[in-house]
Amino acid sequence: MLFRVGLAVALAVALTFLTLPVVAIFVDTAPGELLDSLGEQAAREALLLSLETSTVAIALILGVGTPAAYLLATRRFRGRALVVTLLELPLVLPPAVAGIALLAAVGPAGILGGTIEAFGIELALETAGVVVALTFVASPFYLRQAQAAFAAVDRTLLDASRTLGASEARSFVAVMIPAALPGLAAGAALALGRALGEFGATLMFAGSFEGITQTAPLAIYDRFATDFDSALALSAVLVAVSAAILLSVKLVGGGEALGRAAR
Amino acid sequence: MLHVEASGPVGALRLDALLEIRAGETLALAGPSGAGKTSLLRVAAGLLRPEHGRVRCDGEVWLDTAAGRNLPPERRRCGYLFQEYALFPHLSAWRNVAYPLRDVPRPERRRRALALLERFGLAARSDARPRELSGGERQRVALARAVARRPAAFLLDEPLSALDPSTRGAAGRELAAVLHEAGAPAVLVTHSFEEAALFGDRVAVLDRGRVVQQGTAAELAAGPASAFVADLTGAVVLAGTARRGGGGLTEVELDGGGRLVSADLAEGPVAATVHPWEITLEPPAPVASGSARNHLHGTVVAVTPLGNRVRVALATPQAVTAEVTPEAVTALALRPGVPALASFKATAVRLVER
Repeated sequence: MLFRVGLAVALAVALTFLTLPVVAIFVDTAPGELLDSLGEQAAREALLLSLETSTVAIALILGVGTPAAYLLATRRFRGRALVVTLLELPLVLPPAVAGIALLAAVGPAGILGGTIEAFGIELALETAGVVVALTFVASPFYLRQAQAAFAAVDRTLLDASRTLGASEARSFVAVMIPAALPGLAAGAALALGRALGEFGATLMFAGSFEGITQTAPLAIYDRFATDFDSALALSAVLVAVSAAILLSVKLVGGGEALGRAAR
Repeated sequence: MLHVEASGPVGALRLDALLEIRAGETLALAGPSGAGKTSLLRVAAGLLRPEHGRVRCDGEVWLDTAAGRNLPPERRRCGYLFQEYALFPHLSAWRNVAYPLRDVPRPERRRRALALLERFGLAARSDARPRELSGGERQRVALARAVARRPAAFLLDEPLSALDPSTRGAAGRELAAVLHEAGAPAVLVTHSFEEAALFGDRVAVLDRGRVVQQGTAAELAAGPASAFVADLTGAVVLAGTARRGGGGLTEVELDGGGRLVSADLAEGPVAATVHPWEITLEPPAPVASGSARNHLHGTVVAVTPLGNRVRVALATPQAVTAEVTPEAVTALALRPGVPALASFKATAVRLVER
């Protein structure tokens, strides 16, 4: 009995601690202010930039990450564990370190900087740089989840598809992806959430220029010292947008995608 | 004609087997789990590449490791029925059946799939997802899907094992009819000798990757080539040591005590096999004076009704199972713990090497 009360108390403490700050954002923001903040040109731009760059980043992550995760989940090869660990490294990298690392790799003075410039592409301090930062930070979330989702699919489905006349490429598209869809959607939702909230790597690598690299989190930080209310209002909008996106991904991506993936 | 030949290591197993199945013939591949039955099917289908092997079907070479030829599974026309059916969970029944009909124009594809489902009595379930279907329905959808591609060979992996006993009979008859109608060579994997006898025109027994005996089910039951085959066919297997006896018979000293005589000739360590229905049970006291030369004293350990027969297991001390009628069980008051005498003729005992 006492034990059960203890469990309930633990859950109540966790729930309060994790939801109170989010609730406070909304309690502290008057509805009128919320609309006002959206009326402000710079805030709208920041929000739109966040959505644009996150969408492009997620598209890149899905396009490259899905086949890569499939390969990791279905093949055994030497050095596989090392590859998996390297791909997960950005998960534990502090965002500031990620930003520095990106500068050292693909920044103007980075090891690949010259090559990229030769193609006429500018990354640092440009919108494209934001996309690179978001992709770098968010992709391990998708890769991990997608790998687990593919590994959980019954391999005889793939065998059945092959004996029914489908090549492996067609089986991948027609059977493996649909069968792994709930897990893939959950991974995409996690990556999208991470991308929308990205701050440190973007600031270090792409800077914080209004309309070019200033995403919503950067705009919030920018306002926080001078205009706390406006920062609060923009935060509320970002929370609402993130929640809405996660919810719709959950609904579209095969029912209880997030719940099932967590199990 | 399907020719499957494979040798080399597969996991912990060493495969070394050759199967040949004529058009219209069903070969039952029997043996315990882990004998390599499924591995052989996978070799035939192209899902597993053996170190050395050759697979030919209707004059077409599907695999020849010596010549470096290996057709991928999608280019071998075989109807593979998986043990758990492997229906695609995200597709309805008719879309599962239509899956292999990719080269068929769209409207025709749906028509063909529906016609196949109708033939298997599933027209009303065409829009159901696999998880909404019963075990028997799933098996029929999988069968319809395998047939849809008009396969040149059928590979069936324990097609009835996932069904409950009440639907197994009907599903089995339907399967036999489909195989008969298709007229293509078929390999059916099973671990039950009864199922092998039911479906197989011939039965091949696989043990630890090797084919240990091939023949009709009746041939195997009558003359098992090894103790292993005898055990698989349901015969009683008694281990012992044989030596030349009087009257041209062989005497076998049974391990753990007791002896018997057989009309077969053998010497050294042997397995004596006898069918349960050739063993009579009597009260232990007076040794009967019939033509049975063998009498083993034992204690009843189990009495199991099996339809209109009863299987009585005795410890003699080696296990002996007799098949008798329920009336005999009542008349002799057979129940666990009761002593009994098992009698059988010397001519009913087969001796095989151990």
